[in-house]
Amino acid sequence: MIINSQNLTHKKLNEKIRSAVKSGVNRIELENVNGQRYIASGLKANVKIEIHGIAGNDLGSFMSGPEINVLGNAQDCVANTMDAGKISVHGSVGDILGYGMRGGKVFIKEDAGYRAGIHIKSYFAKGESASGGKEMVPVIVIGGSVRDFFAEYMAGGIMILLGLSGDKNIAGNFIGTGMHGGTIYIRGKIAKSQLGREVEFVKLDKSDDEIIKKYVSEFCGAFNLDRKKILREKFVKLKAIYHRPYGTIYAY
Amino acid sequence: MKKSLLFPDFTVIRDPDKCIQCEVCVRQCAFDAHSFDKAANKVETDASKCVSCLRCATMCPTGALTVSEYQQNIRKNKNWTDKQIKELYKQAETGGILLTGMGTDKDYKIIWDHILLDAAQVTNPSIDPLREPMELRTYLGSKPDKIQLKIKNEKLKIEKPLSTFYSPLTKLPPQLKLETPILFSAMSYGAISLNTMRALARASDECGIFYNTGEGGLPKELYKYGKNTIVQVASGRFGVDPDYLDVAAAVEIKVGQGAKPGIGGHLPGEKVTDEISQTRMIPTGTDALSPAPHHDIYSIEDLSQLIYSIKEATEYKKPISVKVAAVHNIAAIASGIVRAGADIVAIDGLRGGTGAAPTRIRDNVGIPIELAIAAVDSRLRGEGIRNRASIIAAGGFRNSADVVKAIALGADAVYIGTAALVAMGCHLCQKCYTGKCNWGIATQDPYLVKRLNPEIASRRLVNLIKAWSHEIKEIMGGMGINAVESLRGNRLRLRGFDLHENELKILDIKPAGESM
Ligand code: SF4
Ligand code: SF4
Repeated sequence: MIINSQNLTHKKLNEKIRSAVKSGVNRIELENVNGQRYIASGLKANVKIEIHGIAGNDLGSFMSGPEINVLGNAQDCVANTMDAGKISVHGSVGDILGYGMRGGKVFIKEDAGYRAGIHIKSYFAKGESASGGKEMVPVIVIGGSVRDFFAEYMAGGIMILLGLSGDKNIAGNFIGTGMHGGTIYIRGKIAKSQLGREVEFVKLDKSDDEIIKKYVSEFCGAFNLDRKKILREKFVKLKAIYHRPYGTIYAY
Repeated sequence: MKKSLLFPDFTVIRDPDKCIQCEVCVRQCAFDAHSFDKAANKVETDASKCVSCLRCATMCPTGALTVSEYQQNIRKNKNWTDKQIKELYKQAETGGILLTGMGTDKDYKIIWDHILLDAAQVTNPSIDPLREPMELRTYLGSKPDKIQLKIKNEKLKIEKPLSTFYSPLTKLPPQLKLETPILFSAMSYGAISLNTMRALARASDECGIFYNTGEGGLPKELYKYGKNTIVQVASGRFGVDPDYLDVAAAVEIKVGQGAKPGIGGHLPGEKVTDEISQTRMIPTGTDALSPAPHHDIYSIEDLSQLIYSIKEATEYKKPISVKVAAVHNIAAIASGIVRAGADIVAIDGLRGGTGAAPTRIRDNVGIPIELAIAAVDSRLRGEGIRNRASIIAAGGFRNSADVVKAIALGADAVYIGTAALVAMGCHLCQKCYTGKCNWGIATQDPYLVKRLNPEIASRRLVNLIKAWSHEIKEIMGGMGINAVESLRGNRLRLRGFDLHENELKILDIKPAGESM
């Protein structure tokens, strides 16, 4: 189904998307998207949405399930508090990518702004039955570079930064400030001075290689990139030093 | 290491004639103040561990225990009180930020106690609330600037309902319907026990009011109380997913809290149990950090973006509230919140409670809710936007008279937190942050949690709400007012007693003795 988004407010556009989903449509193409915010906000469905144009702020916020493909850039707060699903952006995104995200995947072909991956977290979601349940591990892969405060307050999940854009500085400063869980992989060189106080470099092992290979392959599949070329380069791994960064500053 | 210089806060006296060595007190005290000394074959007490929660004294079958202030007399000094000295010792010994629980205990002037209510005499007669209908029902949400009606039939007939002649063209934004203008304040799972939440949820259901999950997520078991639940979205985004937003009656964006304006939440890792991890959707055992800033909000426009993001996610079916602490510039802040598109503004004053806050912040930051309500209501009226959002006032409401005064100053409803906890058994020992609440409220310890029976606790809450509602009706009746709508913002029926001119000006009420 094709929805022409020209001159539609975000409210109207989302109404159309939701009613299409309700009527059982599972592929939607949005044409002429020009900065409309909140596309697919809170949408809980298995639907593929292709966006032609620039997606506005809060793309896919709170959503659970949809697969969104943006053929263009997206603005701030993409995947805000996203629960499940997938967002691929064939361009760059603004600040605060994946705020509080706790499931699903986000692939950005080019760059992301400040505070990418802030508050991203993982947990084990118990199912209804005692034996059931699944590990919720959000994954963000960014092809280009990012600005300051990458993975701030990170509490879980996986963040991979590839630095393919050729920028000299692939990340800004204060990487992983307040981080207390999860893993960051960065392809290329990062100076210790760029790290927040709560993170440190750790050695990669076999399982890391697997993880990187898995998600980089998926990333390359989404954007038609040469996986081998990307994987040839060395990655560094960052982990939180403490699970309880501020556990000792109080008097009980 | 040298012995601590800290001296105890309390003295525990055990009457040897009454004590039967049953060890109830030993089992009751999670702070380990009582122990059984095998060698001496009797119960001993280390009063330095006592926090005066009175659990042991209440449970002692023979009434043998008395807890009182520490009785060693440190030389009296108005500047350097026992409390100040002890805090200095504690910091000298730990190097830590002082933590505390509940609302401030500092001796600030309570303006409620300097506001007097009016009653009708001779002319405009009072109403007997026992015989006449009294309307406490309250709707929270944005009200339209004007209402357009379509006339269906020009010839009005008095015996037919109005709807046969008019049909409304204006669509009313979503509203919360309350049977009485009281809600239970945000208290999060993690800070309080599941049993406490169960009691709050049940009581809300029974009273036709609402409780608030705080930022700790909503346990699946409580989804059935969704229609009485306000869920919070805070900076850590704990437990927020489409189901959580969907099941709630309203969504509240937490920006600030009266007990700790400008300070974030921080649930220590040891309290992040399996259940808490499930509900907050965070990893087990790691600190749950919700810093004061939402890093996607740096302006009113950004706040508006989050409000509309949630409105889109909930298909414009629920009112969105924004909760802030009452700070110096609260009137302008509230105006910004209303203009950002919030349907409800919740304002939490200086005396608001908390499960854990740095003592210095709790005791020194913010302004009293009395002044904040008046300042905000005046400002919104002045700007002609008061109808666009409802105001919920919070922060230390102690009784129904406080509620009536708050509404007369301009609030639509009030949040009660501490009063509700006290109704359930809290003794205000201020140790909530330790997680050892002997009353089973602010704890996750299964042994302690069991002490609060949700059935009994919810009954006590229902009684409290019922009693306050009756009292509110009685006070209104005395004023000759039969609907809470007519009380709202009715500052003419308030008088200030022993208040400064400036306070009267901000409250916009006349001094006692001055006529209409
Ligand atoms: S802390 Fe409570 S239970 Fe323990 S001794 Fe003091 S009053 Fe008794
Ligand atoms: S909730 Fe419990 S720990 Fe907190 S003040 Fe009340 S009795 Fe004390």
